[in-house]
Amino acid sequence: MRSIVLYLHVHQPYRIKHYTIYESGVDHNYFNANYDSNESNEKIIHKIAEKSYIPTNNKLIDLLNRYPNFKLSLSITGTVLTQLEQWSPEALQSFRDLISTGRVEILGETYHHSLAFFYSLKEFESQVKMHKDKIQELFGQTPQVFRNTELAYNNDLAYWADQAGYKGILAEGWDKLLGWRNANYVYRPAYTNNIRLLLKNYSLSDDIAFRFGDQNWKEWPLTANKFSNWLNETTDAQVFNLFMDYETFGEHQWQESGIFNFLDDLPNQWLKNDNNNFLTVSEAIDSLEPVDYIDAPNTVTWADTERDLSAWLGNPMQQQAIQAIYDLEKIVLDTNDLTLIEDWRRLQTSDHFYYMCTKWFNDGDIHAYFSPYETPYEAVINYMNVWHDLQFRLTEKGADI
Amino acid sequence: MKVLMLGWELPPQNSGGLGVACFQLCKALSANNVDIEFVLPYYVKIPVPFMKITTAWPKKYRNVVRTGLAYDSASYVDSGGNPQHLDIMQQQRLYEESVDKVVDLGSFDIIHAHDWLTFRAGLKLKAQSGMPLIVHVHSIESDRAGGNSGNSLVREIEYLGLSMADEVIAVSEHTKQAIIRDYDIPAEKINVVHNSIDRDELDELDPDNIYVYLELMKSRGYHVVTSVGRLTVQKNITNLLRAAQKVIEKVPKTIFVIVGGGEQYNELVDLAAELGILRNVVFTGFQRGKPWRDAFAVADLFVMPSVSEPFGLTPLEAINYGTPSLISYQSGVSEVLKNCLKVDYWDVKEMANQIVAVLRTSSLRRTLKDNAQDELHQLSWSPSAEKLQKIYVKRLAEVA
Repeated sequence: MRSIVLYLHVHQPYRIKHYTIYESGVDHNYFNANYDSNESNEKIIHKIAEKSYIPTNNKLIDLLNRYPNFKLSLSITGTVLTQLEQWSPEALQSFRDLISTGRVEILGETYHHSLAFFYSLKEFESQVKMHKDKIQELFGQTPQVFRNTELAYNNDLAYWADQAGYKGILAEGWDKLLGWRNANYVYRPAYTNNIRLLLKNYSLSDDIAFRFGDQNWKEWPLTANKFSNWLNETTDAQVFNLFMDYETFGEHQWQESGIFNFLDDLPNQWLKNDNNNFLTVSEAIDSLEPVDYIDAPNTVTWADTERDLSAWLGNPMQQQAIQAIYDLEKIVLDTNDLTLIEDWRRLQTSDHFYYMCTKWFNDGDIHAYFSPYETPYEAVINYMNVWHDLQFRLTEKGADI
Repeated sequence: MKVLMLGWELPPQNSGGLGVACFQLCKALSANNVDIEFVLPYYVKIPVPFMKITTAWPKKYRNVVRTGLAYDSASYVDSGGNPQHLDIMQQQRLYEESVDKVVDLGSFDIIHAHDWLTFRAGLKLKAQSGMPLIVHVHSIESDRAGGNSGNSLVREIEYLGLSMADEVIAVSEHTKQAIIRDYDIPAEKINVVHNSIDRDELDELDPDNIYVYLELMKSRGYHVVTSVGRLTVQKNITNLLRAAQKVIEKVPKTIFVIVGGGEQYNELVDLAAELGILRNVVFTGFQRGKPWRDAFAVADLFVMPSVSEPFGLTPLEAINYGTPSLISYQSGVSEVLKNCLKVDYWDVKEMANQIVAVLRTSSLRRTLKDNAQDELHQLSWSPSAEKLQKIYVKRLAEVA
C-alpha cells in the first residue's frame, strides 16, 4: 500500500498598516489599514476567501463525497481564524463544513504563527495552548500532530513535542537532513521514543505549489494523471508527503492555471491503482513503522534555497526587530491588558520579519510577492514605529523600558 | 546699481539652502537700494516684492515647471503640450542658451551667478556685454560628493567659471579653502561672504509637539538627539549612528531621530540594525513644515556631523527652535557660530563623548542653548549684503 498524505496550511497574518512615528503614541490600532491599501487585512481576507478558501473547500467537500478513500490534513492559524470570524463568516463556515466530514485532521501549532519556540518557551507554550483551545472551540478536534511555524524544526522541538504528548511532527524533507535517505517514509526524531516524523517531499509538493502554473517549466502543463504516474513509478516509497500552503489553490496558483481541475482529478487518478490510498497525518503515523531516526541539530524550515531561518532572521534588522518584541514579554504579560497582549502577539507573526528580508536575488521575487510593503526597509521602519507605540503604552502604564 | 542675478531656484520651489540664501541675500541687497533682476530656469506665478523675476524661456519649449524638490525636478513642456524630463546637464545648457534672449543686457552694471548651474550662462553674458562677472559658490562638487571628486563635467564647469570670473564669493572660509584646494584659484580673488539667517522667515512653534511618543519618553527620563538633512554621504549620518552606539552604551535611554530622505536611507536603517541600536533610532523620512520644526524642538541636542558643509543652516534653525547644536568643524557655520559644540567629522569617539556630556549635564544644555540664542539674535543678512555691495562697487570702480 502506498499513500498520499496531503497536508494544507491555512494562514494569514495581521499586516501592519502604513504607520509613521507621528502615529506612535497617538494611534494604537496597527492592523486597520484603509480598505483600498495594500495592507488592508479585511480586503485580503475578502479576496482570498473568494478566490481560494470558499472554492477550494467546496471542491474538497465534493471530493470527500465522491471518494470514500480521500482524506487530508489541515493546519489553521489563530490569526486567520479570527480574521475569518470578523470578515468572512461564510469562509469559516465552509471550513467547519469541511472538517465536519470527519476525514480532515487538524494539526497543532502556535496561534499567532510565531517563531516563539526560538525566543521564549513559555510564550511558545501559551500560544500552542491558545491554538488548541481555539481549534477545540471551533472544530471540536484536539490536535495530535504538531507543525511549527514555517515548518521550523530541530531536535529540541521534536523533544518538546514528544514530551508534550504529540504522536507526530512535521518537517521539511531537506536533503541535508535526510542524507542518503528519502522523505517517503516515516521516521523517528533523534533522542525521542514515541513521536514520529513526517517529512515533506519538497520536490513533488513544489511541483504543485510553485511550478504548476509556470509555462516555462518543462513539465507544464501538469495533469493529475501525469503526477500520479510519477508517484506510481517511484519505487522507493511508502508515503508521499505533499505539504503546501492552502492558498496554493486559487491564490498562489490562480483558477485560470487549471489548479482546481488538477485537484479535482487527483483522487481519481491516484485511486485507480488499488494499492494506493490517502492518509491523514495521524493515520500515516499509526499505520507505518519508522524506518530510521533523523538527527536535526540545526534548524530546518521550508523556505528559500537555504531551508533555514534566514528568510526571517537572516539580517540584523530582522534580528533586532524580533529581539525588541520578545524583550517586552514580561512587561507586556504583567499588564494583564488583554488588548495589549494580543497586539504584542500579533506582532510576533513570522510574516512581519519575512517582509524585512533582503535576500533579493533568487528568493527575493517570492518575498516581494508576499509583502505589502515596497521595500524591506519600509517594513522595518513601519514595524519599529509600532514597537515604539507599544513601548509608549507600556510606559504609560508605568513600565520602565 | 543694477545687478543681473543668475540663479537656479528660489523658495518655495527650493531643494535646500541655495534657494534660501539667494532669496535672503537679494532681499537684504534690495533694502540697500540695489536693483535686481533674477533669472530662473523655470516659471513662477507669484512675484517677489523686492526684485524682478524672469524665466529663461528655452526656445523649443512652451513652459518649464518646477515639479519637485531636487535641482533637476523640472518639467519641460514641448510645443505639443507634452512634459519632458531633461537631465541636469541638458537643463543648464538650455538655461545658458536662453538667458541672453530674456534680458536687456545693456541695462545692467554687473552679473552675479550662483553655483555651477548658472556659470556657463554667466560667462556667455560676460563675453557678450563685457560686464564684470561675479560667481558665488554655495557648494562645490567635492562637497556634494561627500569628499569624493564627483562628476568631472561639473568640475570642469566649476573650474571654468571660477577661473574666468572677475570675483569669486564663497559662503565660508571652509568653502574658500576647498576652492583653492580643488581648483587652484588665487586666494586674493576669493571673498568670503557668510550666509546668515532671517528669523522672521521661520514659522513659530505650536504649543503642541507632533512627536507625542518622544514627548512621553522624555518625561520618563529619555533623551532625544536629532539630525535633519538629506541622507547622503556628505551629511555623514553613518558616523552619527556609530557615535549613537557609543552614546547608548553610556546613556541607554537615548533616542536618535533621523529626519530626511535620500540615497542612504536604506543603508542607514541597515546600519542602525547592525550596530544593535535599531530600537533607539527613529527614521522619519523627508519632512517639511510642522514635523520638520518640531523635530528640532523636541530634541535635547541637534547634530550636524557633515563631512563638508559649505555653510550649513540647520544648526541655526535648531537654535531658533530652542535646541543646542553639535556641528562638525568641516562646516562654514562653525566659523560664525561660537556657542555650540564642535567636532571633527571623522572623530566618532569625540562625537559620542560630547553627546553624552550634553545629555548628562542639563546645565551645559541650558547654557549652550541660552548663549546660542543670544548669538542668533545678533545675526542678520545685512552685514553680508553690505560686504557684497562693497565688492560690486570695487569691481565697478576697476572697470571704470
